[in-house]
Amino acid sequence: MQVPAPFEYARATSVADALELLERHGPEARVLAGGHSLLPMMKLRLARPDWLIDLGDLAELRHLIRDGDWLRVGALTTHADLLASAQVGRLLPIVHDAERVIADPVVRNRGTIGGSLGQADPAEDLSTVCDVLRARVVITGRAGERVIGMEEFHRGPYETACEQHELITEVRFPVRPRSGSAYEKVERRVGDWAVAAAGAALVLADDGTIADASIGLTALGLSGLATDAAAVLLGTHPSEEVFAEAGRLAAAASSPVEDQRGPVDYKRHLAEELTRRVLRSAAERAGAGALTAVQGG
Amino acid sequence: MQVTMTVNGAEVTRDVEPRLLLVHFLRDTLGLTGTHWGCDTSNCGTCVVLVDGVPVKSCTALAAMTSGHEVRTVEGLADGAALDPVQQGFMEEHGLQCGFCTPGMMLTARALLDRNPDPDEAEIREAISGQICRCTGYATIVRAVRWAAAHPATEEVRA
Repeated sequence: MQVPAPFEYARATSVADALELLERHGPEARVLAGGHSLLPMMKLRLARPDWLIDLGDLAELRHLIRDGDWLRVGALTTHADLLASAQVGRLLPIVHDAERVIADPVVRNRGTIGGSLGQADPAEDLSTVCDVLRARVVITGRAGERVIGMEEFHRGPYETACEQHELITEVRFPVRPRSGSAYEKVERRVGDWAVAAAGAALVLADDGTIADASIGLTALGLSGLATDAAAVLLGTHPSEEVFAEAGRLAAAASSPVEDQRGPVDYKRHLAEELTRRVLRSAAERAGAGALTAVQGG
Repeated sequence: MQVTMTVNGAEVTRDVEPRLLLVHFLRDTLGLTGTHWGCDTSNCGTCVVLVDGVPVKSCTALAAMTSGHEVRTVEGLADGAALDPVQQGFMEEHGLQCGFCTPGMMLTARALLDRNPDPDEAEIREAISGQICRCTGYATIVRAVRWAAAHPATEEVRA
């Protein structure tokens, strides 16, 4: 039987209350959202907090708000909420691509976007999605809130800029005209962690050339974005040829490790192929016309 | 700590350890052993119960987290002697087989039918994709859910 080690439990009544509880109960207090990362880690004694601060009642952190050029997503918004939102699917199709392959529908009923980012598992899909979309994370402490980019938020595997006494309260996604985005993952079986995955977002200029591009990889040993791969796309018209080059550069930027999910050369092959595929989808969704095909592409 | 929740329509209050998982609260504290306990790792789905009508893997929730909420288990599907159409469907279409995954499958099916009374095969398969039938009897489970969709007003047990 897998049971967590003993701990004390408190349910927060507001964000301010959660912050107060975190401070009062010290460095071994942890916040609990959906519990689908933290509780399994506690069962395995990979985490052993003294206190759990349950955020489950904080309806104020479960929202999806269009606010000018931003879509603001509360930290307690579940995977199921994101997948059920037609607005998210329309504005940020990469989110729906990723959500469809995160765990399974029952797990998605509990897991939250804030929890996923806070866990910062290197094989976690939404972190890549947020990188690619250049999302900003709102971190709230007792002194107020700060809004930071993903490059600052990510500090490494299982480590983020959200300090012990702070809360991730919101994730903000820029909504950009003539943009498209996509995510594709290869998994051993439905709902598993990625063998490898790639995400991309493109913004087209009025003349149809690529004005902005971002490419991210999951479970492939790349932290942050594949900047060299994205750079070759800028100013070009979407084409099979330039996407193939971006795929090669993304694969070169990856540093996968061999594990039970596959050897290095296979994963590097996936980095290249998946990058190409998500760029094609992103371009199509951004409204680019038919791509120029190249032989052997 | 004290938890109070509604389980199958009745309010229950118990003193529990904060670390008590919902699956063990239901099975051991309340004696509702219809909820099965399987992989313990939120993979197999036999422990699925409805919390406020939403399917949840009860091996990966604390009893404390569901305090103040409504829980429905397989024991709460039938209304007295009248089976839920999902239960009747599992009988009619041989959805049970070994029976281990059945409680979780039936509750997920109930939640699906509550929001989508006429799901097609793909929608049913998607809804149960977080649950494993090691008899691999998915075809009959899907047919059982379809049977329930086609007979929403089953009111009597057909013994």
